[in-house]
Amino acid sequence: MRKFLLALVAPLLALGFALLVTTVILLVSGHPPLDVYQQMWDYGTQPDSIVLTINLSTTYYLAAIAVAVGFKMNLFNIGVDGQYRLAALFAAFVGGHVSLPPVLHVTVIILVAVIVGALWAGVAAVLKNRRGVSEVISTIMLNYVATGIIAFLLAPDKFAELIEGSNNIGTKPIPSSGQVPGFDVVSGASAPIYGTIVLAAAVGIGFWWMLNRTRFGFDLRASGLSPTAATASGIDAKRMVLFVMLLSGGLAGLIGIPQLVGAAYTYNLDFPAGLGFTGIAIALLGRNSPVGILFGSLLWAFLDVSRQILDLGGVSKEIVTIMQGVAVLSVVIAYELVRRYRITAQQRDVGRQLAAEAEMAGAAA
Amino acid sequence: MFKGLKVATLVVAGALALAACGSTSGGGSSSSTSPAASDTSSSTASACTPSNIKVGMAYDIGGRGDKSFNDSAAAGLDKAVKELCVTSKELSAVPNETDAQKAARLTLLAKGGYNPIIAVGFAYAPALKLVAPKYPQVNFAIVDDSSYQAANVANLTFAANEASYLVGVIAAQATKKKSVGYIGGVNVPLLVSFQKGFDAGVTATDSSVKITDKYLTQPPDFSGFNAPDKGKATAAGMFDAGADVVYAAAGGSGGGVFVAAKAAGTWAIGVDSDQYTSADAAVKDVILTSALKNVDVAVYDVIDAAVKGSPLTGVQVYNLKNDGVGYSKSNPAVQPFEAKADAAAQAIIAGTVTVPN
Repeated sequence: MRKFLLALVAPLLALGFALLVTTVILLVSGHPPLDVYQQMWDYGTQPDSIVLTINLSTTYYLAAIAVAVGFKMNLFNIGVDGQYRLAALFAAFVGGHVSLPPVLHVTVIILVAVIVGALWAGVAAVLKNRRGVSEVISTIMLNYVATGIIAFLLAPDKFAELIEGSNNIGTKPIPSSGQVPGFDVVSGASAPIYGTIVLAAAVGIGFWWMLNRTRFGFDLRASGLSPTAATASGIDAKRMVLFVMLLSGGLAGLIGIPQLVGAAYTYNLDFPAGLGFTGIAIALLGRNSPVGILFGSLLWAFLDVSRQILDLGGVSKEIVTIMQGVAVLSVVIAYELVRRYRITAQQRDVGRQLAAEAEMAGAAA
Repeated sequence: MFKGLKVATLVVAGALALAACGSTSGGGSSSSTSPAASDTSSSTASACTPSNIKVGMAYDIGGRGDKSFNDSAAAGLDKAVKELCVTSKELSAVPNETDAQKAARLTLLAKGGYNPIIAVGFAYAPALKLVAPKYPQVNFAIVDDSSYQAANVANLTFAANEASYLVGVIAAQATKKKSVGYIGGVNVPLLVSFQKGFDAGVTATDSSVKITDKYLTQPPDFSGFNAPDKGKATAAGMFDAGADVVYAAAGGSGGGVFVAAKAAGTWAIGVDSDQYTSADAAVKDVILTSALKNVDVAVYDVIDAAVKGSPLTGVQVYNLKNDGVGYSKSNPAVQPFEAKADAAAQAIIAGTVTVPN
């Protein structure tokens, strides 16, 4: 029971603290906080906003899971951003140029994205295993390399084609056989929920199952908790680095898929960038757990959507960025506090038990 | 010990993530507390008859205060607020958003009774396609895009390559070392069109002049429009390599190019608005001329038409012919080169010279 309560305390503590800081900032900048929160809630719960929130969180969820896979074994894949952008470009290019029957077409697009993402992440794994390059450094740098490659390929005579009358440039649009229809379940909304939400759910369940029900998941968690103990028990550290990096990169490849096959159908100049970094923040917020990340991405998406109304009322919408930042930091701090409390409580329990045993032994004698 | 290290690493990673989120959002935020809002109440209450037109502006990333493209549109809005007594609401994009989020912004303005609604930047085209059909009674305008056309949409497009051609003609005459440079903010088709115009202008005037083309950043990194440090370093490199006139089509990064030109004792050419009149007094004398792209004129036109009750629709081309683009003559130093530039302008208008796009 206490374990359950403690698990709830940390996120609530963190959210409460984030709310407190935001409230103070709103007060200082001369806006009535309750009024602002009310506006955000009212706007964020309109049908269109709900659909937008769910669709955004689908993407965020995939991004955070891709990051969390590595984080679980203390392997910091900061390169998710470059991996998904490169993957989305190749997937969009292939998707626009092949003609296949509906389901197969989408499958090919997804496969291309996963393979490209995994290969790009694999570069960092090889560098780490062969040359001992920290994956943090190499993946960050590979983000820039990916940007360069995309800029090179996204040109009229290569992957892209000019759009008549537009200053944008993008890959050939994916035909209808490669598009995934959405679910029209929210009444009154003008857009459907991405069909790829099923994909995100499958990834979440798969992640949970892999972590808790497979040998690989056990090895992964063991490597994260104590690399030395893992090595001692016969886990091949290099093999783990390679596999986990490939897995993380492959999942990163999925990040662009909802937008690609559900809305944009092309990779162009304003294809959303930076989702890899959002994923890092949400993975931290959700403590790398499939359920925690679900709530984290829903919260993040809700804030991103409801911030729109702030601008209209004259409140700087950057207030939401502050709220998101504080939430991430306070989650990290809150969990550390709870962890310390747990250790002291445990030690106290053990002490009490030992004392009781000693007393009993004394009484018996 | 190890746990502590892990927590520290996580915090660092988190900070990184946040820094990355924040890096592109720099510049001024947009809100209703713009200069425009205060103008309405103070100086102009008596100057014009109050209008019930509410103008909605949706800026791209950076919003008002980016010293570039968005600001140019804002200038047109300010003029309209002052002279036509309209009221306005300005919203701006956040980095890394989807088309659906942009569409939500336009919808918000449409629902709020704003009409006309002006979307600043080609990135709004897919969003406009989603929103415009749902609000047929609202008039929309979009800058730099004509890919989506509808009865209630005005497409404001600019022949910026023509203006770039003219400053190319000037650069080719002004260079003593027979070497000029072009600095584009971000490598996007829009700025490639600036580059092609400039290169053509230089070559047509003096084919022996060497041209160096560089871009500050590659998409999706759009920081090249607002990175004076990158502009300065790149321009300094060009000057070191022998160039003595550099055309900076790089928004806010141009400020750095001017500083580098001042240090090297060479010429710089500005963009979008007349930067000789708006730049820092310390560097203004190095700005030989500026390629003008009058986004403010277009924005004003849209609002003016709405006030008069006959909203603009369809593709509106702003080119040399209708003074939608041009070059500035406010720096007296440009006088010796004006004759050829004006002749080139006449040739373009007459159709005897076609500027590549």
